[in-house]
Amino acid sequence: MIHWTKFGRRVVLALLLSVSFAAKAADLTVSAAASLTDAFRELAAVFESRNPGTKVLLNFGASEALLAQIAKGAPVDVFASADEETMDRAAERNLLLGGSRRDFTANSLVVVTPPEGPALTRLAELSPPRIARIALGNPASVPAGRYARAALQAAGLWSRLEPKFVFAQNVRQALDYVARGEVDAGFVYATDARAQAGKLKVAFEVPTPTPVHYPIAVIAGTSQGDAARRFTEFVLSPQGQAALGRYGFSRP
Amino acid sequence: MGSAWIPLALTLKVAAWATAIDLVLGVAMALALARGRFPGRDTLDAILTLPMVLPPTVLGYYLLVLVGKRGWLGGWLYDTFGINLIFTWQGAVIAAAVVAFPLVMKSARAAFEGVDTQLENAARVLGLPERWVFFRVTLPMAWRGILAGVLLAAARSMGEFGATLMVAGSIPGRTQTLSIAIYEAVQAGRDADANILVGVISAACVVVLLVAGRLAPGRGAP
Repeated sequence: MIHWTKFGRRVVLALLLSVSFAAKAADLTVSAAASLTDAFRELAAVFESRNPGTKVLLNFGASEALLAQIAKGAPVDVFASADEETMDRAAERNLLLGGSRRDFTANSLVVVTPPEGPALTRLAELSPPRIARIALGNPASVPAGRYARAALQAAGLWSRLEPKFVFAQNVRQALDYVARGEVDAGFVYATDARAQAGKLKVAFEVPTPTPVHYPIAVIAGTSQGDAARRFTEFVLSPQGQAALGRYGFSRP
Repeated sequence: MGSAWIPLALTLKVAAWATAIDLVLGVAMALALARGRFPGRDTLDAILTLPMVLPPTVLGYYLLVLVGKRGWLGGWLYDTFGINLIFTWQGAVIAAAVVAFPLVMKSARAAFEGVDTQLENAARVLGLPERWVFFRVTLPMAWRGILAGVLLAAARSMGEFGATLMVAGSIPGRTQTLSIAIYEAVQAGRDADANILVGVISAACVVVLLVAGRLAPGRGAP
């Protein structure tokens, strides 16, 4: 028992220490759309090496889910969303630092299939029964799903294809469903398809009614205003843009 | 909001099937472990208890690899029978059944081990066939322990989230159980919907606990 209490005390001490280190002064928390995962990991590493002492904490997810976290008071300093709609809602709720919002990159939506899947060339070819399941981000929270819905509605196919939809929690999950062969087709960004190039094939690019633009902004009430501004400036700088370009993103 | 009933009905359906499967397999396995003498018994017990300690995401991944279209079991099912379990409510049943299985097996094994073997032997000496020894002596003496495990398994199945999301996805009306519907509502910032769903599952759990309390051993029983 004596050993246990000693051990217990150490555990409590360790927990207390980890709590006091949890929110370090120089931590910059960046919430970014799931499609930015690979590119932002590289950007964060370069940013850290140029700003010694600053640690970038990356939080990836569906843009709307990230907004829900921020609206509930999550300690986020920078927000990068995959569509204007989500960022508009953040602005409406006064969550953004005035004047900090900028479009920093662009992407395109594609239909992908497993490597052994049929060769598709246009949206209407998703209708036949041989395409039993289609993965897309849940339009309620995932911008890639919203772009897909808008494109399918414009083509008059949304309600007809609806029984085939498997909604993913973020675009990378939709990508994974296709790469595992669990669905026959999926809507993802061109950059996501590149990230898993060997496991799937890109069928065609989807014409979206609104262009796929990514806005970035500093969150109001950040305690890291300077670092947050430096980070967004770095993303918009030629080096930042070049890094995004290496992952297939284009200029807005 | 009427749409809360669809995930609730699905949750109850999935939990009922998962619990029924666990009852049959868990009791059979518990009996084998409690009464059987075979090499590797402890190892088997440990493996079958794994779902209780492994993170649900690990179980979800195992299931995805096993019963997915490219998994060895899922691939065979698909090629032979055209059966696909991923993104179906049956897939959700499998996920819930695997996660809740040790709760039935552990309770049932303890209950069987608590049964005095002398009573079973007495029944055998008096000429009762082996099958009836189980149904008329062993089971009546162990059922309370088994029931406790079954209720825990039912509650665990109702709340299953991680493995279910990975195996069955989140298809409204088909695989979107209450816990997944709550997650989706919060992700989309629909707090009003989340409040209703949270209220529904909380109420459902209170009902389960009340029923469990009524059935619980030792209350007014001899």
